[in-house]
Amino acid sequence: MRSTARLAALVGIVALSLVGCGSSPTGSAGQPGSTATGEITVFAAASLTESFTRLGADFEAANPGARVKFNFAGSSALAQQLNQGAPADVFAAAAPANMKQVADAATPTTFARNRLQIAVPKGNPGKVTGLADFGKPDRKIALCAEQVPCGAAAKKVFGIAGITAAPDTLEQDVKAVLTKVKLGEVDAALVYRTDVRAAGDQVEGIAFPEADQAVNDYPIAALAKAPNAAGARAFVDFVLSAKGREVLTAAGFDSP
Amino acid sequence: MIRTPESRRGRPAHGRRPVVLVLPAVLGIAFLIVPLAGLLIRAPWDTLPSRLFSAEVGAALRLSLVCASLATVICLLLGIPLAWLLARGDLPGRGLLRALVTVPLVLPPVVGGVALLLVLGRRGLIGQHLDAWFGISLPFTTAGVVVAEAFVAMPFLVISVEGALRAADPRYEEAAATLGASRWLTFRRVTLPSIMPGVVAGSVLCWARALGEFGATITFAGNFPGTTTTMPLAVYLALETDPEAAIVLSIVLLLVAVLVLAGLRDRWISGPS
Repeated sequence: MRSTARLAALVGIVALSLVGCGSSPTGSAGQPGSTATGEITVFAAASLTESFTRLGADFEAANPGARVKFNFAGSSALAQQLNQGAPADVFAAAAPANMKQVADAATPTTFARNRLQIAVPKGNPGKVTGLADFGKPDRKIALCAEQVPCGAAAKKVFGIAGITAAPDTLEQDVKAVLTKVKLGEVDAALVYRTDVRAAGDQVEGIAFPEADQAVNDYPIAALAKAPNAAGARAFVDFVLSAKGREVLTAAGFDSP
Repeated sequence: MIRTPESRRGRPAHGRRPVVLVLPAVLGIAFLIVPLAGLLIRAPWDTLPSRLFSAEVGAALRLSLVCASLATVICLLLGIPLAWLLARGDLPGRGLLRALVTVPLVLPPVVGGVALLLVLGRRGLIGQHLDAWFGISLPFTTAGVVVAEAFVAMPFLVISVEGALRAADPRYEEAAATLGASRWLTFRRVTLPSIMPGVVAGSVLCWARALGEFGATITFAGNFPGTTTTMPLAVYLALETDPEAAIVLSIVLLLVAVLVLAGLRDRWISGPS
């Protein structure tokens, strides 16, 4: 009996010292106790493609034992996949409405905000100047479908501006919309400011005042049934850290 | 023991069926049939009629039927001559040509859609001239849907018709030629009637493939209700917002598929007759 107690004490001491090692100041900035290991699967909104790919690489550099895998798509498609049991550790959506669809995401935290911008092909061949051009039927217009956050935000800005939009196509995620602009297949589209920035000089962005009234909050959550719960928490903490904020701000996101 | 070729091919060997063959076969049957049964089991039968006759389903179904039929007509007009050229044309490099024109058969449809966009899009190789000279722009139009479907479905028709042409007895054509008929007259009055079963089977397959087209359509023609949202696109999009609607739309497509198979019976599988 006594030997068992002694063994338990010993195990306890070893465990404590291990934790102590983990939280020593050698951990990387913004990532105290970098204990994340194994594979972390992150479902993220399409508009997060560039910033989260960058954050994933930074996270892996800070946690050599961890590997981050991404599934980027429209937030509504991701919510649907998660509800059908897709194995994931973290969900980052482009709107709270899509986060609410996922029963498994109990306590989301808002980590960024984003606003719409008009995107036109290089050189602006359709001579688009503002939101009013979206109501003209002779212009080729691409928008997000209403069930994805960028489509919901677009609907909101058209409502505020009192414009009946005449889109030619409703795409399933914001990157599909952006592609149509890059290829010059449409004269104008509504995408996020971050997408215009990520596309570099392939597209031109036009800011418009109504966008300020339809700002999207981006929530992130570690999922309740995450196969890698510790990794999920570590990645969410990393996104919320100063380092994560820095990457998101550089991509054009606003702080929550 | 003497066996004729027929008996060897047609009659199974005696004895019990080996378990190593039967077990995987049963698993295979289950694998193919259970998902379809699942669709029927999960269907919202009580609201089915009202959903089926809703405006959105009606628009998507009508658009799908019209586009698939137009695509089949294009495939017939271009595909039968193409099949004739492959079977009877005595072209150099015929094998290579056949391989090239059947690429869309095995190509992921999304890739086909990207290729169409780069050629026929508003800034595409040919599309920019169509736009500048005639003001024609195919992407995001119903015509674009037809083009995407025809691109993906035509090889089905070509292969089916070419097979029929190869199986047809060339002596009738030779007889017509010796009687003084031109090649065009021979084709019209002798060849075409003799390969009709192959043409019919090919067009039904072609039509069914066009009806189910998704990847090339959504890539090239985009998605807008009433203009380019065909049934498969509607199924995919409905799954995100209203899974029950997606099931209803799927059942409609399943029904069409079963009807097509019933119409074809074993004409395709056993080869052109």
